[in-house]
Order: sequence, then C-alpha cells, then structure tokens
Amino acid sequence: MSKLLEINNLSVWLPLPAGRLHAVRDVSISLDRGEALGIVGESGSGKSMSALALMRLLPQRAEQSGKMLFDGTDLSGLSDTQYAQQFLGHRIAMIFQEPMTSLNPVYTIGRQLTEAAVRFGGYSQRAAWDRAIGLLDRVGIPDPRPRMSQYPHQLSGGQRQRVMIAMALMLEPELLIADEPTTALDVTVQAQILDLLTDLRREMGMAMILITHDLAVVTEQTDRVAVMYGGEMIEDGTAQSVMAAPAHPYTQALLRAIPRMKGAPRRLGAIPGTVPSLMQPPKGCIFAPRCDFVQEVCIESRPPEIGDADHSCRCILTDDIRPAFTPAEPINNHHIVLPNAEVVITARDITQIYHSRKGMFGPKHEIRAVDGVSLTLKRGETLALVGESGSGKSTLARIMLGLARPTSGTVEMLGRPVADLAPLERASLVQPIFQDPYSSLNPRRTLAEIIERPLVLRGDDDTQSRATKTREAMDMVRLPARMMYSYPSQISGGQRQRVAIARALITRPEALVCDEPTSALDVSVQAQILNLLQDLQAELGLSCLVITHDMAVVHQVANRVAVMLNGKLIEEGNCDSVLSSPTNDYTARLLAAAPQFRPELLTTQEATA
Amino acid sequence: MTQVENFSTTAPEEATPLTPGQLMRRRAMGHTGFLIGAGLILGLTLIAIFAPLIAPHDPFVQSLSSRMLPPIWSEGGSWDHLLGTDQNGRDYLSRLIYGARVSISIGLGAATIGMLIGVTLGVLAGYFGGWVDHGVSFLLTAQLALPGLLLAMALVFIIGPSIWVVICIIGVLHWTYYLVVTRSATQRIRNLDFVAAAAASGATPRQIIWHEIVPNLVSQIIVIFTFELGIAILAEASLSFLGVGIQPPTPSWGLMIAEGKQAMFYRPWLVVLPGFCLFTLVIGANLMGDGLRDITAPEGRN
Repeated sequence: MSKLLEINNLSVWLPLPAGRLHAVRDVSISLDRGEALGIVGESGSGKSMSALALMRLLPQRAEQSGKMLFDGTDLSGLSDTQYAQQFLGHRIAMIFQEPMTSLNPVYTIGRQLTEAAVRFGGYSQRAAWDRAIGLLDRVGIPDPRPRMSQYPHQLSGGQRQRVMIAMALMLEPELLIADEPTTALDVTVQAQILDLLTDLRREMGMAMILITHDLAVVTEQTDRVAVMYGGEMIEDGTAQSVMAAPAHPYTQALLRAIPRMKGAPRRLGAIPGTVPSLMQPPKGCIFAPRCDFVQEVCIESRPPEIGDADHSCRCILTDDIRPAFTPAEPINNHHIVLPNAEVVITARDITQIYHSRKGMFGPKHEIRAVDGVSLTLKRGETLALVGESGSGKSTLARIMLGLARPTSGTVEMLGRPVADLAPLERASLVQPIFQDPYSSLNPRRTLAEIIERPLVLRGDDDTQSRATKTREAMDMVRLPARMMYSYPSQISGGQRQRVAIARALITRPEALVCDEPTSALDVSVQAQILNLLQDLQAELGLSCLVITHDMAVVHQVANRVAVMLNGKLIEEGNCDSVLSSPTNDYTARLLAAAPQFRPELLTTQEATA
Repeated sequence: MTQVENFSTTAPEEATPLTPGQLMRRRAMGHTGFLIGAGLILGLTLIAIFAPLIAPHDPFVQSLSSRMLPPIWSEGGSWDHLLGTDQNGRDYLSRLIYGARVSISIGLGAATIGMLIGVTLGVLAGYFGGWVDHGVSFLLTAQLALPGLLLAMALVFIIGPSIWVVICIIGVLHWTYYLVVTRSATQRIRNLDFVAAAAASGATPRQIIWHEIVPNLVSQIIVIFTFELGIAILAEASLSFLGVGIQPPTPSWGLMIAEGKQAMFYRPWLVVLPGFCLFTLVIGANLMGDGLRDITAPEGRN
C-alpha cells in the first residue's frame, strides 16, 4: 500500500519588494495512514508555508515546485476547483492558529459547521445538522444543541477552537493539518485541546500534521518529528529518537534552549547569531554560519542526508564523530535568597474596577480586574506573577509601574507613594519591558533615538554623553553599535526585545516590570533574552517583576512566585516550594497542564514498551 | 559563559534589509499610477510657477478686434493665439496657464487649512478620548450635516469674494476626512506599547503626541492631503462657476467655464479646454493619492 501523503522536493518562493524569498527549499515529507507528524521550527523556518502549499493557500504570487502525491494521486495535475471538490474537507482538512478570527462572526455556528457538508459532502441539511451536534458533543462542547444557533462571539477562545476542530472533522478527512492549534490559548485549555486532538486521531484513524514551535507539545503528541530551519528540513525521525538523541547541531542547540521544569535551573543554551536571510540561500549548509562544529565542507556544498528512515538528518557529522548531546550546566547563583533586602515596590490592597455600559443608557456592568492584591518586590529578587489571560496580571503590572491609578489601594516605590512622585522620578525607579517586540518600538525612529529617548526626556545629559550612554546600553544588551541607525523594521524580534531592554536600562532604574517578556519570541531567542535578563540582574542588582503564563520560565528565572486567578492573588511563596508542592488547586492544575519537555521520559517509555 | 550570544564576528555579513524610506522609494518607482499622477502634478505646478515665462500673451489684455478666435486646429486658427481667444479677445492659452496658479494655490491652501484643523482635532480626540472625543465627534456630526457648497456660497457672499477668503472658507469646510482617519489611527497607536514605554519614561502627553504619535500619522496625512487637494480645486471651480468664487478678470478655470457657457454650442473649446485642465489636475492629485496609499501601506499591497 502506498503512503497516504508523499511530498517530494517541495520548494516555495515568495516575491517581495526586496527580492525573491526562498521560503521552502527541497522539503520532502511522507506520512502513513493514521500517523502523526510534528513539524517543528522557529518562525521563518518555512513550516507553515509547507502546509499552506499542500492546502493551496499560498499567497497569490508565490511560486512552487515539487511533487505532491496524496494516496497515489498526483495533486499538481488537478485544477483548483477539482482539488477543492475532491480533496479539501473530504480528505484533507486544516485548523488554524487564531480561533478568534477563523470563524465568520456574522453566521451561526450551525450554519458554518454544516455548510460544506451539505454543499460538497452529499449530506442532507438534517443529517449534516445531526452530525454537527454529535461532533460538538465529541469535541467537548457542553450542551451542543442550543450552541448551533449561537454566534462565534458567544463562545470562548477554547470553545471556538473546539468548533474549528469539529468543522474540520465534518467530512471525516484522512489527514488533518493543525497549524499551531493551541498557541493562542491558555495553558490549561491548550492541554485539553491537544489531548482531544490525539484522542480523535486515534478514534478516527486519521493522519495528522501538527505544526508548532513548541517542542514539548511535539514530543507529547506525535509519532514522528521533522525539524525545519531556514526553509529546509534538517532532521527527521521518530519523536523518541529525535528528541532523546538529536543528531543535527541545530536540533541539539534548540533542545538546550528550552527551560526545564525539573532540577536546578540550567543556563539556557543560546544559538549565536540570527536566522539567515532567505533572499540568497547559501550554497552550503543553511546552519553553517551559526554552527559550533562548522567545517570547510559545510560552506562549500550542501551536506548529504545521512541516517535511515527512522532517523535522518542533513549534516556531515556522523554518529561517531559528533560530540554527544550534553545538557547545559546547572546554574545556582541566581537563586540567592536575600533575607533582609530592602523593599523596592510595595502594592497594598490594589483593587481595580472597570465600568462598562451597553449603549448610552444600558445597565452598568462592573468588572473587578484586580481585587485586593498586595505584593512586595524586594531588591535583587525576581518575582514571577503567574496567571492565565483575564486574570488581571497585566492590569496589576500597569498599576505597579505607576501608569494607571487603581480604584483603591496604594503603590509605594522605595517607601514613597507613587502618586506623589513626578513622572520623571518614577521613571528612574521602575521601567517596563513589554510582550510584543513589534509594538514596543516606534517604527519611525532609529534605534539610537529610541534608546536615548528616556535621557532626552530627563534632560540632564548633553548630546555627547547621551551618545556615550546609548552605546554603553547597546553594548550591555549585546547589540552591535552598527545598528544604531537602523529602524525597528530592519531587525529581528529578539533584537527588538534587546532594544526595549536597553531603553529600559539606560536610566539605570531600580526595578524592571517585564510583561510576558519572551512569550512572543522563538525558543532560541527566548533563551538569549532570559540569559541576558539574568546576567543584567546579577550585574546591576536589579529587581524584576516577571509576568508570565509559562511555568518553565518561572522555574528558570524566579525566586518567588505569586499566582493570580480572576483578579485575586491565590498563592504566593518561594519558587521552589510552590512549584514542587503547590497548596492551591488552581496552581496544581496550572503546573500539570504546562507541556513539559521530558525526553528522558520518552526513552524510559521506549525501554518499558 | 562562553556561549554568549555574539552577533557580529562569525556570521557573514548579510544583505542589510532596506530602511523604510528606501523600501518606499522602491515601491514608488514601481507604481505606474503614482508616477503618472506625480508627473501631472509636478508638471502643472511648474507651469503655474513659471507662468509669466511660459504664457505667450498677457492674460488680462483685451482686444475687441480678435474676440473668440478658434484654436489652431480649427478653421481660422492662427499661431498667434494657439488656443484661440475668449469673449473679450484675451489669449486663452495664457489664461489657462495663469489659471493653474489659482487652482493650485487654492488646492494647496485649502487642503493645508483643513489639515491643520482636522489633524489637531483628530489627534486630540484619539489621544484623550472621553469628553474630548465626544465634543469632537459632535463637531464632526454637525459639519457633516451642513450642506458644504451652499454654506460656502453663503459665507463668500457675506464676507466678500477674494482668493484668500475662498481658500479659508474651502479649508474650514474640508477637515472631516482628516479627522476621521487621524482619530482612529491615533486611537490605535495610543494603545501600542511604545506609547506606554514613553509614558513610563516620564514623557508628557504633549511629548508623546509630537514624538511618538504624529510621526506615525505622516504617511496617512499625506495621502488625505492629495485627495483633499483635488476636492478643494473642484470646490473652487464650482464656486467660481456659480459666480461667488474668484472674481473676473482673474483667470480661474471654473470662472472660464462659466464665462464660456453662453457660447458653448458654437465655441465648445471655451468650455472644454478649462474643463480638460481641471480634469488633468484632479486626476493627477487622485492618482498620486491612490499611489501614496499603496506605497505607504505597511503590508505593501500590489
């Protein structure tokens, strides 16, 4: 029997104003019936483009080459209409990342679920309706019948993603492509959705391609893993072998960059350099410029594919000459507990109430975003504030920064109420770092202008000393000075986050409030930024309030943890004790739901199986 | 500590990505509509500036002996008056060339006044929200409810017609588009993190507006400016045609159409030629505006 899906030497080019981008280069994928393949890679690695090429959803002017066989049929011979009628939905279905925008807001759930089944699937209206209700029930939507006549805005994000899954399953496809299906969801919801996908796949004997940047998700949910980098597939094999014994230097480095939950925090392995520009791909190995083991031949010609069907990789290093994969050294210096350290920021009984009204005369609603929270941040420590979306953690952060006035309660910085501080005084005490590096820098200003802006506002320095301090700050965050006159659009996400850190540190504040500082970044970049923050903290004696939803990040950086749920602080304590023995149910659930990367576990499973 | 992320040394220098300016220039050079529009506007502006050098005759000198001469391509046309003469025997080509001055200065002046009003209100409403926003929205609704041309006619009639009065009145009546666009753009930018970062660095609202917000509005403002340019030019032509705009003997294309309309059936060029000039200028402004919108759009649509 032939394979379900075979993609041979797929290449995709995108025409851009600046040139022709080689987004996918010579990628070959094969998939058996019922098999789950995980495609892992950082942003820009071409993983989504490969899936979109299969779905024929590439941007309009993209070009592609290569052969795609689905169950023996050559897909490239079909017109778009034939393909849509014979394959899409029936045999191949896809779910997307953003559940908030992938349902049409003006149609009911029922209509959206049944539309394709009636039109292409040969279902009667009634049969389609019944099947949709059955599927909604199966994907875990409580009380599915009345849901059918609801609109997308009446459902939560997790429920919408469930509806998307039900929609994809309406015609019982043989292959389901899930492109980052849980990235936009909260941790606890993420775990449920992933488990649901795995159950459904087993139940329906469906093959699945799971595209994700999250290595932990891949190890938990798939049989085989393909690692992509710079548009190429550099390693491919069973999930166990790739994750437990990675062969390609990139995969090894990537695994070292993941913060782990178990044991003492280790310094994260950061991959030097940045992702290559795909405008002119090198003739040699795509990873060569950043590889620790680079040799002359790597730059000269493309490395061959070595290994067997179970585990192959594109690298010249064979098993015997490759250095063994070693995890990074543990670090302990950052867990120094300071018993009587001075308190930098105190928040007392903070309550923030928002009022909203429906229309001009509608009834008033009261939302308690933050409800009686007290927190202290001591000098030199890292306090992690954990919670899911809507828990009020970002509102609290804005209040602790002094950017918003709470409805009641006080914030004190070094013993002085924040309301009495002039904006510039406050600025020299505490500075923010934001989540989205794409919106935290003014696109119309050069990096030098952005970094020196706090000094300009303070007005104490002349041009000469501002320039010196800017250069020092860039140096401190490891940004090369030649970037001073670049614009934010010219640099990568990780570099932008460095610029934001440089701007925050140029006035030498006492404390940093970091709101999800790495959740918009790739794993290897996250490792760079977390390392940088830890180094700077040790160097400058900074106090940090880190807001995050990622338990592994908490474990990596924090001394103390505070957990928020629905605006209330439900648990607070020493990092190690909270993570190892949470006293609150919700904290325990949050910990259990966090996808954990445990290749050790996989190998033991393998051994016992 | 040896694995510190070093950026520069080992990695071969990559082709530096383009600056926003370079990218825009590159898109502009590839946008035919923009090039045509910008070319038309540039050409007409040069003609207006150098009118005294280009015009073959004095546009105000009347000659009763050579009234309503036909243009060169009609029977009886002569090289002396390339596009013929009008009812008072004035050289039509010279009047059209001088007319460009009126149209372009009114377009630029009125679009500038509208921009000052609209952008100021829009940024304030978008940035401060709340009662400021309510007040500005009320002004906007009031303005939209008024019949523009009628109001302009009444105002010019009351104040008295002169080129400056016409510029001011058209400008004061054309700020709504600026307001709507800058208000929503400001609301969006205001919620971006770099504004919060500026506030956290102790910047005052005034500093935030000038340093963080306005630079990000420039491309949108330029686009609206070119559209309003076309609209203001047409408004002047309408007013002049109706007799309450530019007063004779100043050459204005709208006025020339009005003066030519009695003889339209026998001497169609009297109406067609200024109409064609008006058409060229406005289509130029609109093509340029369209092009600018495409060029400055962040997603760079093709």
